[in-house]
Amino acid sequence: MYKIESKNINLFYGDHHALKNINLQMKANTVTALIGPSGCGKSTYLRLLNRMNDLIENVRIEGTVMIDNKDIYARGIKIDELRKKVGMVFQKPNPFPKTIFENVAYGLRVNGISNKSYIEERVTRSLQNAALWEEVKDKLKKSAFELSGGQQQRLCIARALAIEPSIVLMDEPASALDPISTAKIEELIYELKDKYTIVIVTHNMQQAARVSDRTAFFYIGELIEFNDTKEIFTNPQNQRTQNYITGRFG
Amino acid sequence: MSSIVVLFLVLILGFIISKGIGVINWKFLTTMPEDGMTKGGIYPAIIGTFCLVGGSMLFAFPIGVMSGIFIHEYAPNGFFKNFVQLMTNNLAGVPSIVFGLFGMSLFVNKLEFGDSILAGSLTLGLLVLPVVIRTTEEALKSVNDSFRLASYGLGANKLQTIWRVVLPIATPNIITGLILSIGRVSGETAPILFTVAAYYLPTLPDSMYDQVMALPYHLYVLSTSGTNIKESRDMAYGTALVLVLIVLIANLVANAIRRFLSKKVKMN
Repeated sequence: MYKIESKNINLFYGDHHALKNINLQMKANTVTALIGPSGCGKSTYLRLLNRMNDLIENVRIEGTVMIDNKDIYARGIKIDELRKKVGMVFQKPNPFPKTIFENVAYGLRVNGISNKSYIEERVTRSLQNAALWEEVKDKLKKSAFELSGGQQQRLCIARALAIEPSIVLMDEPASALDPISTAKIEELIYELKDKYTIVIVTHNMQQAARVSDRTAFFYIGELIEFNDTKEIFTNPQNQRTQNYITGRFG
Repeated sequence: MSSIVVLFLVLILGFIISKGIGVINWKFLTTMPEDGMTKGGIYPAIIGTFCLVGGSMLFAFPIGVMSGIFIHEYAPNGFFKNFVQLMTNNLAGVPSIVFGLFGMSLFVNKLEFGDSILAGSLTLGLLVLPVVIRTTEEALKSVNDSFRLASYGLGANKLQTIWRVVLPIATPNIITGLILSIGRVSGETAPILFTVAAYYLPTLPDSMYDQVMALPYHLYVLSTSGTNIKESRDMAYGTALVLVLIVLIANLVANAIRRFLSKKVKMN
């Protein structure tokens, strides 16, 4: 029983064949790392899972993506409902120009929740889950822009957690951060695994090795190898995987 | 180069101030013209200009901002969008006297508003519509897409994203459009020539169907076709100074609002 299951995915940007026949399954409460050189399709694959690619013009998608056994590209699927279930954290911290509190509450408000005490409780819980509460509890009414880059990224994670998704997508969440902030984010990912299914795109091999249970290696739109992270890093089956993780190209 | 610009600005302002300051006093600002406009004040022209600025903004601002939002956020890339943008640019390049003639034939004659604040405001509104549309578009363009993506990623729909995230960020820059158009509207003469401006009308308007005097046209009258041009010369400089001051104050106030909002936008 898989949480996320993609079958025979082909994706085209105009004439460009960006994803070639991808089959990939992820179990609930695991962390899956997507690695590969730039332009290999790993971010495109990630955005497939919350239909973020729909926002780009001229995209054509073939195949099926099942989440909780439901085809998310089927007719009648409400995209905002899907995105509530599949949260996303972006490469660069992108908090809204609002207060810390309102940033986390945003997802609740746009989903029609107006119960004040419920919102307060969710904001608190989310900030705690994102390991940010202790640092911001006294300045919830301050602008999110006053936080450091690492704090902003954890705020974005809290913002994604507030609407209680079951899957969290992370697109190189630590690539714009310093090593200490990166370590905090990685620790957080490890903790979040208990409650969420996490898919993370990363350029950092060590990071993939540290945080993930399974690793998928993409190369020019193809899924080259997908296996337990330990296997991928100690005993890669494919020559290109080996070349990539040993740093011979990429 | 830029110092030359500043130099000319200072020269022009200095000239107008030195010639006009002697005329300006409370009476000048608050009484009707007298003695064939060689004495008295310019009160009706000031009120008239305020009416026209207000009326034209009431028309141009909502329509312009909504058009800008539509073009930038909703219209799909393609022929229609390019066409609208091209036409907006063309509209901005049409000489203002043409707007005046158009306003006269449509609003004054065809729609039978007569020479009125309504007709003048609509004509002036049309004139500045492209300015408002363009600045709105630019303001929206400057909003980083990552905010939009973050909002969509949290399950917000397009309207929520625009309303709750994009517009608050863009508002300070949209206000700039308002500033520019207020300056433009209060100084334009040609569009009001045939649509609203009265040569001499020492009463205040009762409704939007009344004619009014307006500062730029009054200035034109005083300096070219008054009953006694030489004697009304000082009045003309005084009028010019008032006009310049109104534009200046409008700019300062709008700038203050803009600065206040851009500080506040981080906090909402």
